[in-house]
Amino acid sequence: MRHVALLARLGLEPGDEEFYAEQLSGILAHIDRLQQVDTDDIPPTAQVVEIVNQLREDEPRPGLSQYEVLANAPVAYDGYFRVPSIQEEA
Amino acid sequence: MSNEDLDAPSGRSGHLPGERGGHPSSWEVVIGMEVHVQPRTRTKMFCGCAVGQLGDPPNSNVCEICTGMPGVLPVINKAAVEACLKTALALNCEIPRHTKFDRKNYMYPDLPKGYQISQYDLPMSHDGVLELDGRKVRIRRVHLEEDTGKLVHAGDKLHMAKESFVDLNRAGIPLMEIVSEPDLRSADEARDYAVALRTLLRTIGASEAEMEKGQLRAEPNISIRRIGTEELGVKTELKNINSFRALHRAIQFEVARQVEVVESGGTVVQETRGWSEAEQRTFSQRSKEFAEDYRYFPEPDLPPLELDPKWIEALRIALPEMPGVRRSRLISEYGLPAADAGLITADVMLANLFEAAVKAGAQARPAANWVIGEVAPSGKLPSAEVLADVVKMVSGGSITRDQGREVLTESLSSGRAPAEIVAERGFAQDSDEASVKVIVEAVMVANPRAVEDYRAGKKQALGALMADVKKRAPQANPKVANSLLQKLLG
Repeated sequence: MRHVALLARLGLEPGDEEFYAEQLSGILAHIDRLQQVDTDDIPPTAQVVEIVNQLREDEPRPGLSQYEVLANAPVAYDGYFRVPSIQEEA
Repeated sequence: MSNEDLDAPSGRSGHLPGERGGHPSSWEVVIGMEVHVQPRTRTKMFCGCAVGQLGDPPNSNVCEICTGMPGVLPVINKAAVEACLKTALALNCEIPRHTKFDRKNYMYPDLPKGYQISQYDLPMSHDGVLELDGRKVRIRRVHLEEDTGKLVHAGDKLHMAKESFVDLNRAGIPLMEIVSEPDLRSADEARDYAVALRTLLRTIGASEAEMEKGQLRAEPNISIRRIGTEELGVKTELKNINSFRALHRAIQFEVARQVEVVESGGTVVQETRGWSEAEQRTFSQRSKEFAEDYRYFPEPDLPPLELDPKWIEALRIALPEMPGVRRSRLISEYGLPAADAGLITADVMLANLFEAAVKAGAQARPAANWVIGEVAPSGKLPSAEVLADVVKMVSGGSITRDQGREVLTESLSSGRAPAEIVAERGFAQDSDEASVKVIVEAVMVANPRAVEDYRAGKKQALGALMADVKKRAPQANPKVANSLLQKLLG
């Protein structure tokens, strides 16, 4: 539970763990039921839409201005997004 | 064009930990390489943002797609797919009919979406080989993905940073990942492999592959094992390497470090280590116990690719001559020494220049000498005609080599024809025997001691006399002067 929360960067309050663990167990139980379906004759399917080869020509298009892209940033500095250091302790 | 970083020292240099009591000779080094290459495209992998230049203002080549705004849809860049397929073909890879993209999930501020679009179980290509001086290095796969943004760390040392600044200009730029099998056995081989890859990528036009610009990033996976054993040791992965020389040094350091760890009774920890250019050492960056739970799944926003064999075949046919093949041809067709042919074919622009200059009338051997000795170190490419003119004038004896060098430099900066420059500077070399004889005789009178020495058997005295000829009459043809001197002295 804690590992999953860490991967998703979710902060868990005291008591949350049991609450979500129960929900997650329900989801896993459902997956277990799905696993029982016989899929021997069905090829692995990553896409249900029958579209392939959607390619784009290498032509530049205008995007967002620096002002626009930083508009939602919690903290911006000198044209950059500013974030707490992500370096692990060496 | 910059070949200066190729001549990395092949011997050990600096102070390496293994030199203190270790016995590197009883260990075998095993290296696999992951190389990320930025293909030559105008736009990003999945959006129409321009691939900018180093030095662009931060967050200026960005849009809703590469900054991971909700509700946007990526679309695959065709030029990036072509570059990847060409690279795969040049590396003799198998290209499957069916390929797709996947999400690699991890949280990091340089990855605005919370995942990187990459390829997992069905890459664009697999099982290739790169020949390296007759040795085969197996290529596991070449696949396509997107680059992350750039983190600038506050504080002067990477591992001491307190906060980070994010620039997303690089986020979403196409990247090819070329993964080798652990077939390399030394720092030398790893460097040669990276150099060969760069040459190949530039030859086929798939990438500029400039390491200094981050267009080619080599990440060696390194382990050691006792000579004679088969089992692979625990590996470390090195990052943050930005030149061929750094690649070589970093591997040497890391091998010595591992040897020391093991020989002092410790065990190597599987981890990612950064190379510090300033300190010339590797340091622990990210221990594997943290990450490596990427939860890959097929990218739902991108339809898969069905690669048409006709398209692949057309790409294969359009590939230019590979550097190794061209090298052999330059040897057999122009009679070049193997070393010269290797130096010339290391850079496709040099190889093209050489062949065009020969076509324009220059003799092959002198043309090769000029390409290697003058053009390559200068980093500037003259036109084939200009080079051919200079080479012809020098080998024909109408100007000296020094004068030829001056003419070449002048022509490169002013764009004027060599013949014009020669005429203007009065460079035309004096090959007339009668007029050179006057100078030679004057030199002999002025240097009686050298004349005596030469006649007494000290043949090296000729050098002093020639130097005086050159000083008094720079325009005198040295070959004519030399043979006249020998005749008059003898």
